[in-house]
Amino acid sequence: MSTHTNTLSQLAARLTAGEVSSVELCQDYLARIAAHNPTLNAFITVDAERTLAEARLADARRAAGETGALLGIPIAHKDIFCTEGWLTTCGSKMLGNFVSPYDAHVISQFKAAGMPSLGKTNMDEFAMGSSNETSFYGAVKNPWDTAAVPGGSSGGSAAAVAARLAPAATGTDTGGSIRQPAALTGITGLKPTYGVCSRYGMIAFASSLDQAGPMAQTAEDCALLMNVMAGFDRRDSTSLERPAEDYRRDLNQPLKGLRVGLPKEFFAAGMAPDVAANIEAALDEYRQLGATTIAVSLPNSGLSVPVYYVLAPAEASSNLSRFDGVRYGHRTAEYADLTEMYEKSRAEGFGAEVKRRILIGAYVLSHGYYDAYYIQAQKIRRLIANDFAAAFKVCDVIMGPTAPTTAFNLGEKSDDPVQMYLSDIYTIAVNLAGLPGMSVPCGFGSNGRPVGLQIIGDYFAEAKMLNVAHQYQLATDWHIRAPKGF
Amino acid sequence: MSPINTNWRRIGTSAPPRDFDMQWEVVIGLEVHTQLTTQSKIFSGASTAFGAAPNTQACAVDIALPGVLPVLNRGAVERAIQFGLAIGAKLNRVNVFARKNYFYPDLPKGYQISQFELPIVEGGSLDIPVGEGDKAYAKTIRITRAHLEEDAGKSLHEDFHGFTGIDLNRAGTPLLEIVSEPDMRSAKEAVAYARALYTLVTWIGICDGNMQEGSFRVDANVSVRPKGQAEFGTRREIKNLNSFRFLEQAIDFEIRWQIEQIEDGHKIQQATVLFDPDSGETRMMRSKEDAHDYRYFPDPDLLPVKLEEDWIAEIQDRLPELPQAKQARYQAELGLSAYDASTLTASRATADYFETLAAALPKPDAKLAANWVMGDVSAALNRAEQEITRCPVAAATLATLLARIQDGTLSGKLAKQVFEVLWNEGGEVDAIIEAKGLKQMSDSGELEQIIDTVLAANAKNVEEFKAGKEKAFNALVGQVMKATKGRANPSQVNDQLKAKLAATCLNQ
Repeated sequence: MSTHTNTLSQLAARLTAGEVSSVELCQDYLARIAAHNPTLNAFITVDAERTLAEARLADARRAAGETGALLGIPIAHKDIFCTEGWLTTCGSKMLGNFVSPYDAHVISQFKAAGMPSLGKTNMDEFAMGSSNETSFYGAVKNPWDTAAVPGGSSGGSAAAVAARLAPAATGTDTGGSIRQPAALTGITGLKPTYGVCSRYGMIAFASSLDQAGPMAQTAEDCALLMNVMAGFDRRDSTSLERPAEDYRRDLNQPLKGLRVGLPKEFFAAGMAPDVAANIEAALDEYRQLGATTIAVSLPNSGLSVPVYYVLAPAEASSNLSRFDGVRYGHRTAEYADLTEMYEKSRAEGFGAEVKRRILIGAYVLSHGYYDAYYIQAQKIRRLIANDFAAAFKVCDVIMGPTAPTTAFNLGEKSDDPVQMYLSDIYTIAVNLAGLPGMSVPCGFGSNGRPVGLQIIGDYFAEAKMLNVAHQYQLATDWHIRAPKGF
Repeated sequence: MSPINTNWRRIGTSAPPRDFDMQWEVVIGLEVHTQLTTQSKIFSGASTAFGAAPNTQACAVDIALPGVLPVLNRGAVERAIQFGLAIGAKLNRVNVFARKNYFYPDLPKGYQISQFELPIVEGGSLDIPVGEGDKAYAKTIRITRAHLEEDAGKSLHEDFHGFTGIDLNRAGTPLLEIVSEPDMRSAKEAVAYARALYTLVTWIGICDGNMQEGSFRVDANVSVRPKGQAEFGTRREIKNLNSFRFLEQAIDFEIRWQIEQIEDGHKIQQATVLFDPDSGETRMMRSKEDAHDYRYFPDPDLLPVKLEEDWIAEIQDRLPELPQAKQARYQAELGLSAYDASTLTASRATADYFETLAAALPKPDAKLAANWVMGDVSAALNRAEQEITRCPVAAATLATLLARIQDGTLSGKLAKQVFEVLWNEGGEVDAIIEAKGLKQMSDSGELEQIIDTVLAANAKNVEEFKAGKEKAFNALVGQVMKATKGRANPSQVNDQLKAKLAATCLNQ
């Protein structure tokens, strides 16, 4: 019985047919995690007893006649989501002892759907990073090449799904943290429109940009997961109150007449030739499927990275103030007074990248600099959103590369923050505009590492994007290729 | 020469010391934190009730667990709108919550959610009465703004041997911070403004006014400048004054201190100070150099607050008649003096009591009702340290008592005795009058007999009266009243006694 290569829809069919139980499924994945996690370091916390207890519950629910689409299928959760009774570290030493007393909204949705948790996946510390190397719990290896990074910050979730240690995982995306690791590990990931998934219980990095989303093998699986994750939550004031939707509803729509916008700024210097070749091939495939491509322009997108590195650190510097050693989390062992307690606890608890962003954020918000940096960045953010609005007047979706290169080597960029920041150059504008974006596997680079195609939709166009991705996946097999040895 | 010694006083060597008031003008602005009367906190569902065991009213949001988010309490916004309407302010149809960033153990998030650039209330004013009697005058104090924010928790520095205890029950309690313009020119004016503001916020019910529990806390910004100078002097801010008496003492001390400093050749440094009620002095807490950079920015967890016109209109409709409108009406319609009108509207409960009483009198007599509320009722409440809401003699009961004055059954003096009984023992007015035999004597035959007896027993006084001594008449009246145990109507006694004495004169 081999289940680990199955997609969610295949697993659902096997569970419904009674071929396999949730307990058996979980045992299979737990065994794979035990075998491969020492190599990949994709999980920070695994708790087999807890997982199996949840699986037994799911089996009991099925025995009692329940028939949820995902009932009994396990899922891994990024360690940014507060999960009751589980260690929830956010990749940081600061929360190395934090067992959450409550569930994030997204977690409680998956629990209600009967999906047992396989554990908490590794991530860049407080989601700050593009390679997963900033995690206090060690770097994650890319299953396609263990010398390579899996991308970040949702690198543990991406590596777990790519190596088939989990059939699906949750991720979060502030500047590309779902899409870039999905691209670098050859899986499918979706960042929904800002406000579609509740942020309640998701440890905040940059509140106006953070958004949870699914990571899985296929677009169809992402649609199934969105049906669980999405929805209004009164505990998040930025959650949008909209009618529930079935994200699978348009999967099988033909693509004839689809207008694909290609921003000239995305197809300029900066994209590696092997990435460019794969993207061109994917666009040809879309033309074969009946789509037409249209040149569009996002003139301000070149400012995305600098704008992001003002706004995200500004919000982060404030969001991370609660980690002060007073009520929970790391507190230094010895201190003479309150100031020293704060200084040492935070100096010991946070890693270098987090400290760098707190300093940048405090600086841009400080008296005398606020107007020049924060206010200016907010204005440009508006211009970037306007660029997209103009583009969507002439196209249905925008396509381009997810990342400028395939996965880079561990250590290659970790000493050069600016180079690291530029790996999110194509993804950040989407967060600044609050738009949905996804990454779909579309080939391999010259080094044999995966390439991702980015699909950007208009607000609330997730079902359309999933349709566009699904039709491509019906015509190609990049998404079902698995790395050797896993 | 150091800049400290270039003070104008020192240069003008010939100026003799004069009365402070003659050469200095005091400038005061107040920032008042009023705790709003919502059941739950401003951004969480935890209770705001006072006095619970530490940290039992602090939920995940209040203790700032990782991942939690604020959700604005509509009731807090409604109360801010009520206040804005009551002072004739501009309500910002779109207003914004911002984060004020600083570290302190009783501030769980490391920032306070407040309003900065776009507060909910801007402008407006409050008319205040200052002083009493001949020296009384009215003044209009402009209000700069009022904004919503959350309170912090409490740090408990005792009982923890080298540690500080943190109680987060108060964290997240809704506050409306009301900031005035620097329009006050004395401690008296500052207190008058604070009292008027206190009356207003309790009147419209947005604050319970419990100053011991910190529901109404005042910060005073105080500076002095030479009379005639246009620019303000450097101010010092006195923090956290929680009684009107301390407010007055602290400002008066601060004014004297600042003037002395300047006259001694020192410059005032901008600072935050605390008032010590035991010593009656202010002392420096932190200088401007220690001031935080709060790094304000709009809170990305909360959307801008939008006020719908319908909602504002509905709140306007529900707003009670305000103290100033009532005062005007009491003077114009009820013919009361400005002083009476102001006293009767010191609180909404007092005004309610007065209006219930006046409306229940068989014959309209606002002055009678006013005199009783401001006189016997107020005195008894003061003696018992009781609020009028818990007055043992209900307004309706008092009305039946005053009705007995109006119909001549009781004299004012007897009515006071009945009031005493009502206060101490309760009961019904007519039953008390009956039981205690306090009914005013209306039978002139009975009174005549008593007068005859008194005249017979006080022949000496009668003789003196006949000799032209007016005092002797008063003594006789007193004897008659004593003999009737106060039940006789004094004017009737006067009349009958005069008639009787005239008759005896003729008889001779």
